[in-house]
Amino acid sequence: MKIGVLAVQGAFAEHERILRKLGAECVQLRKKSDITDDIDGIVLPGGESTVQGKLLEELGMMDVLKDKIESGIPVLATCAGLILLSEEIVNDERRYLASLPVRVRRNAYGRQLGSFETTQSMKRIGSFKMTFIRAPYIESVGEGVEVMAEFDGKIIAVQYKNQLGMSFHPELGEDYGIHKYFLNMIE
Amino acid sequence: MSNTQYDLNKGLAQMLKGGVIMDVTTPDQAKIAEEAGACAVMALERIPADIRAAGGVSRMSDPKMIRGIQDAVSIPVMAKCRIGHFLEAQILEAIEIDYIDESEVLTPADDVYHIDKRKFRVPFVCGARDLGEALRRINEGASMIRTKGEPGTGDIVQAVRHIRRINSEISKLTALREDELYEAAKAFQVPYDLVQYVHENRKLPVVNFAAGGVATPADAALMMQLGAEGVFVGSGIFKSGNPRKRAAAIVKAVTNFTDAKLIAKLSEDLGEAMVGINEHEIELIMEERGK
Repeated sequence: MKIGVLAVQGAFAEHERILRKLGAECVQLRKKSDITDDIDGIVLPGGESTVQGKLLEELGMMDVLKDKIESGIPVLATCAGLILLSEEIVNDERRYLASLPVRVRRNAYGRQLGSFETTQSMKRIGSFKMTFIRAPYIESVGEGVEVMAEFDGKIIAVQYKNQLGMSFHPELGEDYGIHKYFLNMIE
Repeated sequence: MSNTQYDLNKGLAQMLKGGVIMDVTTPDQAKIAEEAGACAVMALERIPADIRAAGGVSRMSDPKMIRGIQDAVSIPVMAKCRIGHFLEAQILEAIEIDYIDESEVLTPADDVYHIDKRKFRVPFVCGARDLGEALRRINEGASMIRTKGEPGTGDIVQAVRHIRRINSEISKLTALREDELYEAAKAFQVPYDLVQYVHENRKLPVVNFAAGGVATPADAALMMQLGAEGVFVGSGIFKSGNPRKRAAAIVKAVTNFTDAKLIAKLSEDLGEAMVGINEHEIELIMEERGK
């Protein structure tokens, strides 16, 4: 199983470390030619969405990636990755892959002093320690989007067909439940 | 600072990896930096090259000016305080800065003690020239490290020296027998646990960026190939002929730091680079501030 991890900026190495521990092969996606046909899944890591989005556009990766996602390849998107996937960003005019029918709010918990950790229950995953760093949350979801977790009345994790999006950073912890679930989506 | 807060602060640095943090002095520059792909900006009144030229005592920036920059961009905003000036750090925490740089670029306020960064919730980044210095700052609570380089010179030689030294010291530490680590901890003047972490993991326990003297896409990519996890660019951008283009080129060079063909293209027509000063021409050696 070969996972393409978007590696233009952010915490991609953290995702790779976990995926490799779980037995998956990882390739870093840094330019268009890295996005090959033999990739079985895609990870969009945490980082700065403005930077990642700009690089996706300028390195010619945006359309290829969007086509792949819309063709049904499983995607795991965390924090900035969730913003890249979202159809709508409430407090930002920029749009990126826009393949996930949700309305997301960037930096929804404020600056770094608003960052936090909490343990919440997540559908099909169970209890999970979640790290929120200058995180977004989802204000509303479109048809067919399943809410997997909420915190404080806000949606923080969703699944829509092949797309898994969350506000927090499973790549920073030692609980591999979400990555296992993602790999199972591929199998 | 609780352990959770420290993890969150280390985590923010992890999110900045593979990115470029740019010095800006106005909201307009901050916007240019954000549009060019900066993963964070460093708000300061004068960039290091101008601090060098102006001389005198250099202090934390006006909080109002920093707020203006916070309002202008959606990416993290950092700001510098003087080494040991914990009051300036308290002010920066009060205005909810995302990261404090306890920086040798400003005039040190204390020639013995660094800030006890564990007393703060807000994260700190500190400069280091060698492994001992990096570990001492981490022990004081820094959640991110950068090379010191020699700021405001446009000369990369010191940053290269610092990252090579840190990496070779990590290699040496990794090769030691376990019973030799106690002596290493003594030499580095840090607790055993930190030395043991590096011994086991072959890396610092926090993210390590390059800083000081980066002026071209090639400089930035060089530092990445030498093992930096991201790059700070200070005077290099807004002291150059075409800041917008140079900034965007440096961002791309950091992402594709092994692709020489792409970097060749990125290096074309960037206009004039900052003039730069050579190591032996400078009178004020900032890297020696704080040990």
